[in-house]
Amino acid sequence: MGSAAEFFQHLMNGLTLGGIYALIALGYTMVYGILKFINFAHGDILMVGSYIGLFVYNAIRGQILGFWTIIAFFLSMLVGMVFSAVLGIAIERIAYKPLRKATRLAPLLSAIGVSFILSNLAAWMWGTKSKKLEYPFNNAPLHIGGVAITPHQILILVVVIVMMVALKLFIDRSRMGKAMRATSLDQDTAKLMGVKVDRIIALTFAIGSALAATAGFLIALEIKVYPSMGTMTGLKAFVAAVVGGIGNISGAMVGGILLGLIETFGVALIGIPYGLRDTIAFAVLIIILLVKPEGLLGKAEKEKV
Amino acid sequence: MLNFVLLIFIYSGIYALMAMGQNVITGYVGLLSLCQAGFFAIGSYATAILSVTYGWNFWLTIPIAGVLAALSGVLIGLPTLRLKGDYLAIATLGFGEIVRNILNNWDSLTRGPMGIQRIPMATVFGLKISPYEKWGFLVMVWIFVLVGYLFFRHLARSRMGRALEAIREDEIAASSMGINTTKYKVWAFALGAFAAGVAGSLQAVFTLSVSPGTFTFMVSIMVLCMVVLGGMGNFLAVILGAFLIQFISYFPQLVGLSNIIPPQFKQVLFGLILVVMMIWRPQGILGRAPRMTLNPKKKQPKDSDGGEK
Repeated sequence: MGSAAEFFQHLMNGLTLGGIYALIALGYTMVYGILKFINFAHGDILMVGSYIGLFVYNAIRGQILGFWTIIAFFLSMLVGMVFSAVLGIAIERIAYKPLRKATRLAPLLSAIGVSFILSNLAAWMWGTKSKKLEYPFNNAPLHIGGVAITPHQILILVVVIVMMVALKLFIDRSRMGKAMRATSLDQDTAKLMGVKVDRIIALTFAIGSALAATAGFLIALEIKVYPSMGTMTGLKAFVAAVVGGIGNISGAMVGGILLGLIETFGVALIGIPYGLRDTIAFAVLIIILLVKPEGLLGKAEKEKV
Repeated sequence: MLNFVLLIFIYSGIYALMAMGQNVITGYVGLLSLCQAGFFAIGSYATAILSVTYGWNFWLTIPIAGVLAALSGVLIGLPTLRLKGDYLAIATLGFGEIVRNILNNWDSLTRGPMGIQRIPMATVFGLKISPYEKWGFLVMVWIFVLVGYLFFRHLARSRMGRALEAIREDEIAASSMGINTTKYKVWAFALGAFAAGVAGSLQAVFTLSVSPGTFTFMVSIMVLCMVVLGGMGNFLAVILGAFLIQFISYFPQLVGLSNIIPPQFKQVLFGLILVVMMIWRPQGILGRAPRMTLNPKKKQPKDSDGGEK
């Protein structure tokens, strides 16, 4: 490692990447917490949300100038989020809900099917070529004490922090959040206490999908939008959720940021070749499963008959 | 036209081997594995590298291909199979991608994205089994399928088969009956990988070249579809599934509509098959193979799919 400035540079890069993972991981962990299955289509919901945001943004960008571009940017993001939320609810209704009482394998297989349908429909309708999303601002990096920070990174950090605080407050303080926690603890008892479980599950999918769309739209500025953009990112975010303790909301946040840091520092300091960057996440997954399978913040559950 | 039909049957055979392997893992133990493509690739490259670089005979490379695939299966299976099945799905999904990543990057061994060409044809008693004259190859592939079928059917009726089904039905109950669940799960996983490795070997001497682009996630999804469509836990059904999926796959070319129907169409269809089968017919077209009972007159209890949570 070179100087302190270099360290802070990697720290900044790792934090932004980790923030993105955390946003996506929240969706995995919330669904897992309530339905106990991995929503394989989560990454593809992210992709669809990014496409919708991109289309809206490109449609209105030409007309407005100056400061309003940024408003248009957030507006497009919002449309993408809403669309993803609705899509998430629809997928749950059609493909997962009929399988709630089925074997463990059934919803997993169905989710893989949905994931495959979404990514291939996207390729069919919108082409496999990646589409560029223009920055709504000048992305020239700002130099603060030798550390180059792009406005894009600041945007990511601000959005991630706002979303996380809002979600945490919603889950911990609101009535709906309480119902959500109750459903995740014990669905049947929650139902007896008057919680509308179906509605809570739909809400969970909506929030998770909207967060994923946000993350997708934010990274689209850098990596563009393409039909398989959600696959790898989604996988890594899932690893982040496992690292933090699947089913645990704070865990997903911690796990995401940790994974972002591990990946960035792994390439920068340990010298893992950039081509094998994607492998780091899986090595982390295997290690955490061997050492602490319940994750950092999860509690070990003994399975009972 | 006839050539095309033969091609479909050859691919059905190669994929049937993979699908039978998947069936042990998914149909018998009830675990979701998503990397048959990865094991397939390992088998293919084993045969390609051993026969091109080291001049080995094809028949000697087959066991190596299978064992290498099985060993890599054990490698990912050991840490993940001790835990709940869900983690296996993610670990295998990642593994499939990593295999492709490595094939693309390890230039000195795999020649990177270019792949390996000019794989020598398989020979029997000095007679070449040419993939260009498809009949001979077809017979060879289906002999493999037959052997695989007999092996797996025997396995299913053995102590191990019963142990695997017990694990699927209730892992905790199974382990309290003295079944070493991790051991059996790892074994099943290794056998499933072995079958895919052998299928990879056959693929290598059929296309006579290998490249990383062949072994995408779609291959794993196709194999999964074969098992789900035919019927989980039924090896004959899985072979039927392999044929049906290959038929769907080549249907546009068969009727000469490949320039009208986009390639994504069949992939969307595969996804739909998974969802629709799970909702309306989780036991597949043929359903689970009936279990042997002591009293053949007694009616079989209803299939457990969809029964318990």
